[in-house]
Amino acid sequence: MDRGIGRCAVALGRLAGLMAAGALILWSCASRPREIVLASTTSTEDSGLFEYLLPYFHEAHRDYRIRVIAVGSGEALRLAAVGDADVALVHSPEAEEEFVAAGHGTARRRVMFNDFILVGPDSEAGAACAQPNVAAALECIARLRAQFISRGDDSGTHARERLLWEATGLKPEDDWYLEAGQGMGAVLMMASEKGAYTLTDRGTYLSLHDRLELRIIVQGDPALRNQYSVIVSSHAENAAGAQAFAGWITSEAAQQLIGDFGVETYGRPLFVPNAANG
Amino acid sequence: MQIIIDAMGEAFRLLVGGDPYLWRIIVRSLQVSGLAVLLGLVVGIPLGTWLGLARFPGRGLAVALVNTGLALPPVVVGLFAYVFLSRQGPLGALGWLYTPNAMVSAQFLLAAPYVAAITLAAVQSVPAGLRLQARALGAGRWRALLLHLREARLSLMAAVAAGFGAVISEVGAVMMVGGNVAGETRVITTAIVLETRRGRFATAMALGIILLIIAFAANAFITRMQQAGPRRRRPLTS
Repeated sequence: MDRGIGRCAVALGRLAGLMAAGALILWSCASRPREIVLASTTSTEDSGLFEYLLPYFHEAHRDYRIRVIAVGSGEALRLAAVGDADVALVHSPEAEEEFVAAGHGTARRRVMFNDFILVGPDSEAGAACAQPNVAAALECIARLRAQFISRGDDSGTHARERLLWEATGLKPEDDWYLEAGQGMGAVLMMASEKGAYTLTDRGTYLSLHDRLELRIIVQGDPALRNQYSVIVSSHAENAAGAQAFAGWITSEAAQQLIGDFGVETYGRPLFVPNAANG
Repeated sequence: MQIIIDAMGEAFRLLVGGDPYLWRIIVRSLQVSGLAVLLGLVVGIPLGTWLGLARFPGRGLAVALVNTGLALPPVVVGLFAYVFLSRQGPLGALGWLYTPNAMVSAQFLLAAPYVAAITLAAVQSVPAGLRLQARALGAGRWRALLLHLREARLSLMAAVAAGFGAVISEVGAVMMVGGNVAGETRVITTAIVLETRRGRFATAMALGIILLIIAFAANAFITRMQQAGPRRRRPLTS
């Protein structure tokens, strides 16, 4: 009886040893290459940029592995502010300046830009508000009480949209103004279904436009420029990795890659790299 | 830890203070899920009863399908509802996508099989002899059926509560077909997702507390029904 218990204990001990060894192996596998948490925006993720770009980074830096968390710009900066993300690639200049001023981040560098566009129903109603100037188009939408869908999620696109409304002096808050609280792709689908207007980044629109019954209403207004910057979090767990990524994405090689992205599919780049002249 | 305590305190303040944004979301949740379950009962109870009592070829398959309803993934139901209700879809002319109607439809699709499956089990748990006895004593077909359902009523009430608890806490289907539009299709679960993403933890937690209270109430109701069950059934089985 005692021998039986003893044997059992030995077996259990061996089992525990094996499990510990297994855990150790799993742990060492998981911890190498070291993970870099990159907080970025849904619009960047939806455009497919990371899917295209990250393999090149992993090729150049085999000891790091990037995990992308795609949220709104506001949330991305918040994640970086509490150290849940190591580095942020965002497009919300005002929020970025506040972020750096509060001491949450260093080395904010320009990476690339694209532009926002105002899109609306692909019909005669949509053409009515087509203007060269975004403020005039928004005033037209408000006057017609045409449906406008706002991201409503504190993202960079939402922040820009609020700025644009502010510039018109109008307060959009009636029943024609819907706050979706979702990502860019979902909002574009919704605008298409409802025949509504919305502000979007060009990349997400181009990547979805053959599935959308929407057309561009306003483009090229300087107020619509969308600058992306990279910021390393001061509270980064993997500070070295974060620095490596920020350095890489502003490097000439990466900038070249960004400039090539989307040309094959859409005939024009989705993002214009501008780190060098920043 | 401090952030959790702060958020909890703020959450209670919001709830007690009657924050209009919060209450509008809660009321919309109750409306959508309540109506969906009600419609689910109208379809689910007759279906479950029929499957429980009838004998026909292919019944085994039908029962298996209905029982699958207990584990129907909300996102898949949401996907189908979306495709059907979108403008290119067969029901696009209704214009229901991104309206509460769409959310009720999707949750109805989730609730109906749920209710049917529980009704099926409840009806089968009543001894078959009861109905035969009732018939022998001169009760008509429908009277005997009603008596049968009366016997199963406690389990049926549990089915209502369980179905309601299941649909009010799902997020996949309502997010897809409702679109989380503020003041229109934003319900407790979709609002929690959004508010957490925005870093407004207090609002998210206030909604989470309400959802927990609703889930608790539904389960307390089920437990009471189940406890009461055997005691009341005794005189009729003896």
